[in-house]
Order: sequence, then structure tokens, then C-alpha cells
Amino acid sequence: MASFSDIKNNSQNNTRLRLFKFIFEPFAFTGRLTILWINSLGAAAIFLTLAALKIFQNKQLVKIIQQLYYIGAKSTMIILLVGLFTGMVLGLQSYYALVKFGAEGALGTLVALSLVRELGPVLTAIMITARAGSAITAEIGIQRISEQIDALDTMRIDPLKYLISPRIAASIISFPILTALFDLIGIVGGYVSVVIVLGVTSNTYFYRVQSSLELKDITDGFIKSIVFAVIVSTVCCFQGYFAHMRADSHGAKAVGLATTSAVVLSCVLILLSDYVVTSLLIQ
Amino acid sequence: METPLIEFQNVTKRFGTKTVLDQVNLKIYEGQVTTIIGLSGGGKSVLLKHIIGLLQPDEGTILFRGSPLRHGKGRHTSFAKGEISYMFQDNALFDSMNIFENVALPLLETSNLRKDDIKKRVMARLEQTELVEARYKYPSELSGGMQKRAALARALITDPKIVLFDEPTSGQDPVRKNAILSMIAQYQRKFGFTAILVSHEIPDVYFISNRILALYNKKIVFEGTPEELEDFDHPFNDEVIHSLEGLQAELTGLPSKRRFKVLYHAQMKRGEQGEIYSVAIFTLDSLESVINRLGYDVAQEMVQRLGSFISKQFAPIGGFSTRYSANQFVTVLPYTDFQEAKDILKNFIADFTEYGIHNIVNGNGEKRPQNACAEFSILVGLAQGQPFMNMESVIESAEARQREIGRVNCF
Repeated sequence: MASFSDIKNNSQNNTRLRLFKFIFEPFAFTGRLTILWINSLGAAAIFLTLAALKIFQNKQLVKIIQQLYYIGAKSTMIILLVGLFTGMVLGLQSYYALVKFGAEGALGTLVALSLVRELGPVLTAIMITARAGSAITAEIGIQRISEQIDALDTMRIDPLKYLISPRIAASIISFPILTALFDLIGIVGGYVSVVIVLGVTSNTYFYRVQSSLELKDITDGFIKSIVFAVIVSTVCCFQGYFAHMRADSHGAKAVGLATTSAVVLSCVLILLSDYVVTSLLIQ
Repeated sequence: METPLIEFQNVTKRFGTKTVLDQVNLKIYEGQVTTIIGLSGGGKSVLLKHIIGLLQPDEGTILFRGSPLRHGKGRHTSFAKGEISYMFQDNALFDSMNIFENVALPLLETSNLRKDDIKKRVMARLEQTELVEARYKYPSELSGGMQKRAALARALITDPKIVLFDEPTSGQDPVRKNAILSMIAQYQRKFGFTAILVSHEIPDVYFISNRILALYNKKIVFEGTPEELEDFDHPFNDEVIHSLEGLQAELTGLPSKRRFKVLYHAQMKRGEQGEIYSVAIFTLDSLESVINRLGYDVAQEMVQRLGSFISKQFAPIGGFSTRYSANQFVTVLPYTDFQEAKDILKNFIADFTEYGIHNIVNGNGEKRPQNACAEFSILVGLAQGQPFMNMESVIESAEARQREIGRVNCF
């Protein structure tokens, strides 16, 4: 039979244990989260590498063209629309800021550099994520939960080659093209608001656009868009492909949550990597 | 001794803390139809997924022709390209592709055949599975039965040596269930592949299976023929077989074989020593030719209608019948000697010739393909039995005396 002192000791030990847990639990939680993140990052890196290696294999061209149509061509309208209004708003806002310093002549420079270096790649990537990225995750997720991906395996069709590689390739091709379109239509949008609405001369605007842009600005913008393409396509495909392994849900709900995660994560990573790439390119 | 095509040696599979397969041992032989039966959620599909390589065992070994299976990405690499195929429980058809594209996919992606050759092969399979007219439809536009047939066509397009069927008849009506099972049996005979089925359809699967594997409490508790399973003395028989096998067969409404045996033994016990009975066996001959020319559904509906006709004729005079095999029915006429049975059968034949055969022929107009006709005949055999005699031997002697009572040359 346990004596009074034993019970007292046990009680003290329990209190110490609870205190210990209370102090260290946040560290343990952070540790677990970090390990989970590193695991996911490693898995995504392997996923990307394997899929990228299969881009150049047989019978991929048709599938890549199909995905180009779906990810690229079908996103054109939304990119044109967003690009036009981004350029118009940029011109408008910049005019009222620059006019205070009598520097409205530099509007062309500001619009062109902002669009080509920053807004073009970032907003294009975010728009494609919203339009095509979410659809990619949902489509692959549904194929996963309805055993269509397992069916591919049983038919000896490599799901990574069949489903993922064409999407990654198509993203890498279409992101820079759509970014270029965005930049171009953005500059036109700037022209509409700056020249047509606010009355700055057309020559001044275009002279500034032309003189301020260097090839490096354009190539830096393209480098960013390629980085974003890899991030968006990998994140969206990865989330859909492993939708069935989510710990928080199953079935259709898992696909829904995977789609949400794909969009949110892609957007966050676009902005995060934008900073990193910009820092590297500026150096 | 024959080396099994596939052999499980002490295979254990766990999902988290839950053990689904526990030290499973089994053997599957080449060229046979092997059916795995067991309760829902008992791990049958998990077992099947181990064979194709979608899952890997936590413990134990799976042997293929005596050598351990090598495992690649998501599949076993021991199987040659197209050697093994899998038909999923929910079909797993690609919903963004039409039926033609679904069936053609394995060839398009894994072979170097020219497009014309692929088209020819796909059309041949679609014809065999009666899906030619639905080839440009999407899976969501088809009925459950048609989707099953499309999945079957896709599974067979590469002419596999081994085909795994995961609950191929789930969610189907009785005619469709039997149509799908007879389709599997016919293809298996035609192409000679090894079929491994997971099914609940007892006793219907018995008609097409060479071997039965019983999965019970995470282990294989029985391996043998359907006949051997009937004599298997194990809780599996009471808990699983009897719960899955209804008192009446779904397709025909006749007592199931098990129920038929119970009725038979009850009848024999009731009778005095020396009490006689007669057994009649009815065979729907050339069922295969009907399947080939008019399709599986028409053939199964014929079986259904013949069963109902037999039951209606003999039940009022105390006879009880069962479906004995895919195309045979057996009726026991208690307390009836051979001469009496012959007279009863004479009346039966008169009724059958007058309207029974028309009922069988005309009952399936909608499902019949146009401009196609098939030939078939009905045979009947009669034998007299006594309580001390084995029922099977009486049935065999009735079978030996079968003669034709009706023939349709083209319907």
C-alpha cells in the first residue's frame, strides 16, 4: 500500500512534469513543425526533380501543348485585363505623386520599371495561380481520391510523367510569355491614364519607357517569372498529388483544403521568393 | 508439384496501429479463376493491391513464379509490361476522357503501336463489351453497368496474363451481376488469363471460380474449390458465407444451393426408409453462343426467365429447384417415382413448348442488338433417387439422360 510520503512525492513529480511540459511545449511544437516543413520541402524537391527529368521523355510534346493551352492560352484574357488596369492605376497614382515634385516626365520610367521588374512577374504568377493553379490541384486531387492515379500505376503509366511533367513544362514556358504580355499591356494601360486621361505627351511617355528599360530589367523579370512558374506548378501539383495523405481531412474535403493550401502557399512563396530573387539579382 | 503463380508467405500489413492482414499465406495458380471472399472491410482489396504493387507488405514475402516480387515506383517490376491488369471497384475511369480514350490510354502510353492499330484493337474490345455506340460518351454519361464494362475493356486491352478484379459486380442489379461474372468467365476461357477476383456475390461467383480463398479475421482460413468450401467446418461458414448468401438466389428467385441442400436433407429425413424421389436437370445449351451473338444481358435474362418458369411449374406440386451451374437448374420432386416424374415432365414440356420458350425468347427485346440472332436449345434429364443415395450421383445420372425439349434456331 502506498504511504502518504509516496503519494506526496508522486504529486510533486506530476506538478514538475506539468511545469516542464508547459515551459518546453512551445519549443517542442516549433521543432515538430520545423521537421514537418523540412520533410515537406524535401519531398517537394524530390517530386520536382523526378517530374522535371521526365519532361524530355517520349510522348510528352502533345501533353505539354495541351497544358500550354490550358495554363497559358486560357489565362491570356485575365492577364490582359489585370495588366491593363494595373498599368492604368499605376500611371494614375504615380502622376499625382510625381506632379508634386514636377517630375511627371518620369512617369514612363516609373510605370515601365515597376511593371517589368516587379509587378509583371508577381501579379502574373498570382493570377495564374488563382486561375490555373487551383484547377490543377483540384483536378489532380480528384484523380487521386478516385483512384485514377492508382489506375495509371497499374497500367504502367508513370503518373509523374503523365500528369506532372507536362504541367511543370507548360508553366515554365507560359509564365514568361504571359509576363511579357502583362508588361506590354500594363505599359499601354499606363499610356491610357497618363497620356490620354492626364494629358502628358505621348513622346515623353514612350521616350522615358524606352530609355529607362535595359535588357537586364527584362531578363530579370523573366528569371523571376520562371522561378515563380516552378514554384506555382510544383506546389499546386504536389498538393493535389498528395491530397489523400492530408492528416486533417479525407475525400472531397481533402481536395478542397489542398486547393486552398496550394493557392495560399503559392502566393506566399511567390512574394517570399520575389524578395530573395530580387536581392540576388540586384547584387 | 505446380509452382504457384503468386504466393503470399506470412504477409502482414498494418495501417497505423490497425493490422489488416496478419501472417497471410495463400497460393494462386496460373490459368485459374481464384476468388477471394470475406466480409466488407476485411482486407480483401488490400490483399489485391499487394499483388499489383499499389501496397507493400510490412512483413512477409510475395512470390511470383517462385521468386520474390521486385518493387518499383507504385508497382511491381517483376511483371512485364501489360502482363498484369487491375479493375478497380469504382472503375477508376478517367472522367475527362471519353470511353474510347479511356480504353486506348494504356496502349497509347505504353506501346509503340501505330494509331490505326490502336484504334482497331480498341474497337474490337469495345465491340466485345457492347460499348461501340457509347464510345464517344464520357463515363458520367453511362450507366453503372456500362462503366463496369468500360473498365473491363480497359483492363483487357493489353491482353494481360493476370487480371485482378476488385468487386467487379458491386452496385449492379442481379442480371448485370451475372452478366459481368459470365463476361469475366468467358474472357478468362477465351484469353486464358489468370483471374483473381474479390467478390461478395455468393453463390454466383462459385459458378465461375476454380478456387476460393476465404479471408477471415485477417488470415486466409480456406483455400480450395467451391465444392470443398461447402464442407468446410469453420466459423467462417456461419459468420460470412451464410450472411452473404441469401436464402434465395438474386437472379432467379430460386432457393440458393445451400438452402436447396437443407430442403433436400429435411425432405429425406422426413421420408421413410425406401421413400423415393426424382431429380430433373434442365440445361440451357449454347449459352455461350447467345452471349457472343446477343450479349451478356440477354443471356442472363434468359437464365433468369428459365429459372422462374421452372420454379412456377414445380413449386405448386411440392418440387424445389436451384441454379446448379451457370446454365443448369436442378429440381427435386419428393415422393415421386420415375414414371410419375416422367408424366409431370410431359406436362412441363407441353407448357414449355406452348408458351415457356416464347417467354424466354421474347422477354428481352430492348436489350437485343438489331439484326442479330442466336441458336439455343433446352435439355432435360430425369433420374430417380432414394434417401440413401448421394444427391450428386442422382444429378449426374439425370444429366447423362438429358434430351432436347426445345430448340430455337434464330431469335
